[in-house]
Amino acid sequence: MKIHRIQAIFLRQLFLYKRSIPRLMGVLYWPVLDLVLWGFITVYLNQYRGALPAFISFFLGALILWDLLFRAQQGISISFLEDIWSRNLLNVFVSPISVSEYVISLMFVSLIKIILTASVSIFLAWLFYSFNIFIIGVSLLPLVLNLLLLGWAIGIFTTALILRFGSQAEVLAWGVAFLFQPVSAVFYPVSVLPYPIQVIAMWVPSSHVFEGMRTVVSGGGFPVKELLWAFSLNLVYLLFATLFFFKMFKAVRVKGLLGKIGE
Amino acid sequence: MEKIVEVKNLKKAFNSFMAVDGVSFEIGKGEILGLLGPNGAGKTTIIHILLGLTIPTSGEIRVFDMDLSKKRREILNYLNFSSSYVSMPLSLTVRENLRIFAMLYGIKNSKDKIDQLLKDFEITDLGDKLVRKLSSGQVTRVCLAKALLNEPKLLLLDEPTASLDPDIADKTRRLLKRFRDERGLTILYTSHNMKEMEEMSDRIVFLDKGKVIATGTPEDVVKKFKKENLEEVFIRVARGEV
Repeated sequence: MKIHRIQAIFLRQLFLYKRSIPRLMGVLYWPVLDLVLWGFITVYLNQYRGALPAFISFFLGALILWDLLFRAQQGISISFLEDIWSRNLLNVFVSPISVSEYVISLMFVSLIKIILTASVSIFLAWLFYSFNIFIIGVSLLPLVLNLLLLGWAIGIFTTALILRFGSQAEVLAWGVAFLFQPVSAVFYPVSVLPYPIQVIAMWVPSSHVFEGMRTVVSGGGFPVKELLWAFSLNLVYLLFATLFFFKMFKAVRVKGLLGKIGE
Repeated sequence: MEKIVEVKNLKKAFNSFMAVDGVSFEIGKGEILGLLGPNGAGKTTIIHILLGLTIPTSGEIRVFDMDLSKKRREILNYLNFSSSYVSMPLSLTVRENLRIFAMLYGIKNSKDKIDQLLKDFEITDLGDKLVRKLSSGQVTRVCLAKALLNEPKLLLLDEPTASLDPDIADKTRRLLKRFRDERGLTILYTSHNMKEMEEMSDRIVFLDKGKVIATGTPEDVVKKFKKENLEEVFIRVARGEV
């Protein structure tokens, strides 16, 4: 593992965003739009609240956290697609970079994008709705970390599919994370789901994160059990995604597809 | 002569299609070997196998006396590649791109090296331009500069002059020969320009349908097929007349 190679891929993405307004918009535009739209809907619905005193906190907290997961996934998949779109993938993979170094560098890219997105979203939520996500307290850190891990796992898995099936699988970069949304219980508790889906939700790390967030916001304290579940599941997801990526990388080398991706 | 590449009985099958069928050849240090053949002959597949991008079905490949299947990443430190079919990130300047590749190869004093290569390829004035603003010929020269950044011992070039005008193509060939003479650079070269192949190649490996059908100096190959020049040989082979 060589730091200079990880830095190289990271720097390539940084240069890319430095002078590309559309790419920067991609990082900031949708989260801001989501926040503005759903924030005002939340404010409106809040007028009719009954037994749900922390409605704004539940909803806006969930919205910001969900966006972190989505951006973490995109940080990996879209960065990979950038190399396909610019017909640069061969140049990268004929250099001595290892698959692990490449994936780790994309994780760093994803981290920077998340910091950017989160900073803007958190600021706007505070400015428009007086919502301070830091009311979640110290629990926020492990909750965010878990979403980051799941975002990376989904990103690596999606990238592996794009690697294997080429640009026709590009759409997965935008869609796969949303498959997790209904079972993640982002905006509602797991208990409202039909029982069979509750069982599925139990095996999805993000459902534990959002349940944990609601526990904290309701004053239930540090969600140890939920975080343990989320961490354990994330380790399994990340391990599976990484092994899957290595398997797909080998498969495309056997099938001679690496030189054809993007054609 | 020191062997840089040894390929023995290389085979690559894509399902039932044999893209490479029992190919063997060697390249000595400082030699320029031309891989020649019609479309679908297996040239690009062989280059991708030598780069470790494609895993062969069977056969043995040694590069710098190392087994490619076991030491791929070590070998890639001393090898580089350019093709008219690859590009570079378009939203980055030429210098930014070359700096990134210099980092990927762990090159120290990369600024001096980049300056020198830009000068060698007569593209110093393009250094601060975005790649998207360059012509395809200029991008090809930037890619060639990238391929020489790590001072490779072996350079694999897949139709490197395809998008260059005759003047720049000639200058590029001269430059590559200069690197060969000065540094002992070994080059594996493919092109559909037969005059270029005759001019560049010390030896030629002529492929058809994944098999070697002739090997030797360009003169040897022309003689073997009893033709006037390589272009005639190529046309006859492509039309299945030999």
